[in-house]
Amino acid sequence: MTSTTKPASPAPNKIKRRPFVAELLKHRGNALVVPGLGSPTWDISAAGDQPEYLYSWGGMGLAVATALGIAMAQPDRRVLAITGDGEMMMGIGSLGVVADQAPKNLGILVLDNEHFGETGRQHGLTGARTDMCKVAEGFGIQKTMLVTEESQLGTLADLMFKQPGPTFAVAKIAITEDPWALPVKDGAAIAHRFRIAVGVEKP
Amino acid sequence: MTTQTRHWSHDVFAEMKARDIQTVATIPDGGLTQLLNMVVADKDMRLVTLSTEEEGVGVATGQWLGGKRAMIAMQSSGVGNCINALGIPVTMRAPCLMLVTMRGQWGEFNPWQVPMGMATRTVLEAVGVRCFPVEHAAEIGETFAAAADIAFHGRLSAAVLVSQRVIGAKGFGQK
Repeated sequence: MTSTTKPASPAPNKIKRRPFVAELLKHRGNALVVPGLGSPTWDISAAGDQPEYLYSWGGMGLAVATALGIAMAQPDRRVLAITGDGEMMMGIGSLGVVADQAPKNLGILVLDNEHFGETGRQHGLTGARTDMCKVAEGFGIQKTMLVTEESQLGTLADLMFKQPGPTFAVAKIAITEDPWALPVKDGAAIAHRFRIAVGVEKP
Repeated sequence: MTTQTRHWSHDVFAEMKARDIQTVATIPDGGLTQLLNMVVADKDMRLVTLSTEEEGVGVATGQWLGGKRAMIAMQSSGVGNCINALGIPVTMRAPCLMLVTMRGQWGEFNPWQVPMGMATRTVLEAVGVRCFPVEHAAEIGETFAAAADIAFHGRLSAAVLVSQRVIGAKGFGQK
């Protein structure tokens, strides 16, 4: 295939990330949340600060691998990785590692606005051709879900927090102008309070 | 000094067991074969096969965040893939322990391995990882133990760099 013709554009993404993520997190129970750097970190921070949130300000591409390490160490605790399309593509091979390790307690959600939103809305890889649900299935993650409507939130929450993992979902989110919601930035402080929340470090 | 009667992997494995290191994330190297086989054979240990070495930095950091100890085992070329990722444990003050078998160093046959082999220690130290190079098989176990202790007790990142002098150069049948 050498075609450079762009496929016909589907309907524009409708889901508004901030209220959608806030609503999803109401279903998390005591799940640990591992966001990718940038917007997903601001989204969960805006929903209300929690020590179970492992805020990220760097290390692009490592959200799923980090969440996998936590899920393996805490098999009785649900873990949610929540990241953007660019961050997921950078660490896309980690879906193969997740499929191979098959943690029952890991859910992965990609907030897909098909652009590099944090750096000026440059073109991303998932808008026209690359289907991340198919990619995840190809790696061997059997339970995947494409979310295009806010009305799917209940099913998504069940997949992310309840159903045996590993589970994977892509939520097609609109490009929106959201205020920054910057959480604590000190990596040692974030790790310290997270480990206290997990119960592996004394306050 | 006694003669080396067993492979250095046994020494490293014993130090891993003594420190409750249960997870090894890896992109394999020929020099790591025996150690990785021991990990696979141990019911209390878990091998995590990666698609690129930097994922191991995430896995090892995540393990510590969840209260467990892990390490990465890789060839020196893989260190180059890890540099930005290492910013995570360094910034979190999380221990990230690495066992690196060197290429591009002692009698290397393949010139493509040489640039990263020359850069390995420099780039690790530049990003904040303490390096423990070791030249002789008999010293690998104790060196690994020292690096593991500074990592897990000091909440620091540390790498043991096993010289190609120990591993030997792969000659692809040529002299």
